[in-house]
Amino acid sequence: MSKPEDLEKGSKLPQPTAWKSNEMLKRVKGRYRSEGRFKAMGFAAICAAIIALVLLVGSIFLTGIAGFSQTYVKLDIYFDPAVLEEIQTSSGEDLENAFISANYAKLTQDSLRKLFPEVKSRREVFRLFQFVSPGSRTQLQNIVREDPGVIGKTQSLWILAADDVDMFVKGKISRNVAQSDRKVSDLQIGWIDSLSADGRLVKRFNWRFFSSGDSREPELAGIWGATVGSFYTLLVTLIVAFPIGVLAAIYLEEFAPQNKITDIIEVNINNLAAVPSIVFGLLGLAIFLNVFQFPRSAPVVGGLTLALMTLPTIIIAARAAIKAVPPSIRDAATGLGASPNQVVFHHVLPLSMPGIMTGTIIGMAQALGETAPLLMIGMVAFVVDIPQGIFDASTALPVQIFLWADSPERAFVEKTSAAIIVLLAFLVTMNGLAIWLRQKFERRW
Amino acid sequence: MNIQAADTNITTDREPKMQARRVNVFYGDTHALKDVNLDIYADEVTALIGPSGCGKSTFLRCLNRMNDTVASCRVKGVMTLDNEDIYSKQVDVVQLRARVGMVFQKPNPFPKSIYDNVAYGPRIHGLARKGDELDEIVFTSLQKAGLWDEVKDRLDTSGTALSGGQQQRLCIARAIAVNPEVILMDEPCSALDPIATAKIEELIDELKGHYAIVIVTHSMQQAARVSQKTAFFHLGNLVEYGDTVEIFTNPQEPKTKDYITGRYG
Ligand SMILES: Nc1ncnc2c1ncn2[C@@H]1O[C@H](COP(=O)(O)OP(=O)(O)OP(=O)(O)O)[C@@H](O)[C@H]1O
Ligand SMILES: [Mg+2]
Repeated sequence: MSKPEDLEKGSKLPQPTAWKSNEMLKRVKGRYRSEGRFKAMGFAAICAAIIALVLLVGSIFLTGIAGFSQTYVKLDIYFDPAVLEEIQTSSGEDLENAFISANYAKLTQDSLRKLFPEVKSRREVFRLFQFVSPGSRTQLQNIVREDPGVIGKTQSLWILAADDVDMFVKGKISRNVAQSDRKVSDLQIGWIDSLSADGRLVKRFNWRFFSSGDSREPELAGIWGATVGSFYTLLVTLIVAFPIGVLAAIYLEEFAPQNKITDIIEVNINNLAAVPSIVFGLLGLAIFLNVFQFPRSAPVVGGLTLALMTLPTIIIAARAAIKAVPPSIRDAATGLGASPNQVVFHHVLPLSMPGIMTGTIIGMAQALGETAPLLMIGMVAFVVDIPQGIFDASTALPVQIFLWADSPERAFVEKTSAAIIVLLAFLVTMNGLAIWLRQKFERRW
Repeated sequence: MNIQAADTNITTDREPKMQARRVNVFYGDTHALKDVNLDIYADEVTALIGPSGCGKSTFLRCLNRMNDTVASCRVKGVMTLDNEDIYSKQVDVVQLRARVGMVFQKPNPFPKSIYDNVAYGPRIHGLARKGDELDEIVFTSLQKAGLWDEVKDRLDTSGTALSGGQQQRLCIARAIAVNPEVILMDEPCSALDPIATAKIEELIDELKGHYAIVIVTHSMQQAARVSQKTAFFHLGNLVEYGDTVEIFTNPQEPKTKDYITGRYG
C-alpha cells in the first residue's frame, strides 16, 4: 500500500525536535501557568487551615486566660469569740466538730456590714452577704485551725469574691445593660466600685483552679480532680494496652504463619481502629460494669475501655515500626545463630522501640481527649474529691470540660476554656514528645 | 563414609566438609535448584558463579538453612556437614548457623558499637565466660579480619559509622568470632570499591585453611584469584564443577565456556 518514498522516510533518522518552536513555547508557558495555579491553591489551603486554627485556639485562649485569675476582696475579719466560742471550750472529738460547724459565714457577714453600714433592708443585706464566695468559710476555718490564737483578734484578709462579682470585675458583665438583664444589680455595682476605689478588690492568679476538684461554685471549681482522674485512667490504659499491643504486633509480624486466619485478624485490627469510640464505651459498659461488676465512674473501667480503643492504634504503629527494621539486620542475627526470640528481643524490638513509643504516645493522646466512652461508663458524675486511686469515682479532663460547658453559670464559660487550654497543653506536650522521639531516634540504614 | 553419587564428576579421595546430594529447592512453584550435587572442602575456597537468578544464593542459603526463614521455600535432597544431615530433626539449626557462618552481599553491621557487633555471637552462644575472654575473642576476630588497626581506638563507636569496606570486614570479623567451620559469602564485594575488594580478597586468602569458604561472585577474575574450586550454575542446574584452574583454562561444557569468556550472561 505505502509508496516506496514513505518507507524511505520512515527509515530515516527522526528530525531533531524543534524545542524553540512557537508550539513548544506555548506548552512551556502553559506548564508554568498550571504550576503557578497549583502552588497558589495549595498556599490558599494552608492559609485557610491556619486561619481556622488561629481563630479556634485564639478564641479559646482569649476566654480561657481569664479563667486563670480570680477576684479577691480584702475584708477586716474580726474572729468573734462569741461566734467561735465552741472551739475555745471543747476538746478532742468535739473540737473537730466545733471546727467544722462553726458559723464562719457570720464573720464575713459582720465584716461586710461594717464596710457598708448603710445597707439595712433584709433583701439588700442578703445580697450583700452574697458578695463573697461560700468558699470563704473553708478559708476562715483553715486559719482558725492553724492558729486558734487568732480568736478575739481582727485580721485583714483577702477573701474569695463570689462569681458574679468576679464576672463584673473581669468585664464579662457590662454595666451598660439594663439592670433587669444582668445578674449584678446597680446596688452591687456600687459596692464593687467603692471597694475598688479603696483598693480592696484585686484579681489574682487562681491557684485553686489547679489544686481543687469540681464544685458547683465556679470560683471554687478546679481541674485537679479531673487531671488526676485522667492520669489514673491513662495509667490503666497504658499498663493494659502497651504490653498487649506490642506482643500482638510482634506475634503478627514475626511469628504468625501466613494464612487466612492471620489475614482475618489483620483486617479486623484495622477495622477496629475505625470503630467509633462510643461503641467502645457501650462495650465497656456491658462487659466491665454489667458482667464484671466493676465500680461505676472509676478510672479502672475508663482505663480498660480506652485500652480497648487504643489497642488497634498501638498494634498498627508497632507493626509499622517492626516492619521498618530492615531484613538485613534480622539476617545478620539469624546468620550468627540467634534464635527467633533472640532476633526479636535483641535487635528488632530495641530498634523499633522509638516508633512503638511514638505510636503509643499518640494513642495515649487520643485516649486523653476521648469523651464519649467515658460518658457511657459513668465517669461523667459530679465528683468533688480528688480521686485517690483507680477505684475511686472520678471524672477526666475532657468530661470535666463537657460538664462545665453544660453548666448555666456565666463564670463556667471561662473555666471551660481554661480547662480546654490545660487539656490542649497536655496534648501538645505529648505530641511534641512523640515528634521529638521520632526525630531523635530516626535512623538511616 | 562418603555418599558419592554416580552422576557427579567429583574425583577426590579427601573427605568433604559439606556435601550436597540431589538437592532440589522450590520457592512455591519456582524450581530454583535442580538436582545439585556439590562437595565443599575444609581447606579450600569454593566459588559459585553463574548468571543472575541461576540459584547461587539459594544454594548458599541452604548450606546454613537460612532458607528456613523464607516461608515458601522447600528443600529436597541431602545436605551434610561432616557427614551429618543438616536438615534432619536432630540438628539444632541455631548451632548449625554458628558452625556455618554467613557474610551478606550488603554489609549489615548491627547499629551497635564495633565491640558489641563482634561480641554478639560469642555472647549468645556463651563462648566466653569472663570479660577478658570476650575481649580476647573480639581482638583476635578483628585482627583476623584485618580491621584491628583501623578501629582499635574506637571500639565503642557505632559499626554503622564505618566505611562500606570496613563494615564488610566487620561483618567478617563478626562471623569468625563465633569460630565457625564454614563461612558462606554471598557477593561480599559487590558493594565495595576495588581497593576494599582487594582487601577482602586478601583476607579470604588468609582465612583459607582455617575455614571452609564458599563465595558467590559475579566477577570471573575474583573467582579465579581467590578460589580453588569453582561451580558454574545455570538456570538452577549445576553445569560444571571442578578445580578453578581447570574451569577457567579448559571448560568442558560449552555453556561454561561462553559464560567465562563473557559471551553469555
Ligand atoms: N524468596 C524467594 N521467593 C521466591 N522466589 C525466589 C526467592 N529467592 C529467590 N527466588 C527465585 O529463585 C531463583 C534463584 O534465585 P537466587 O537468588 O538464588 O539467584 P542468584 O543466582 O543468587 O542470582 P543473583 O546473582 O542475581 O544474586 C530465581 O529465579 C529467583 O526468582
Ligand atoms: Mg544472589
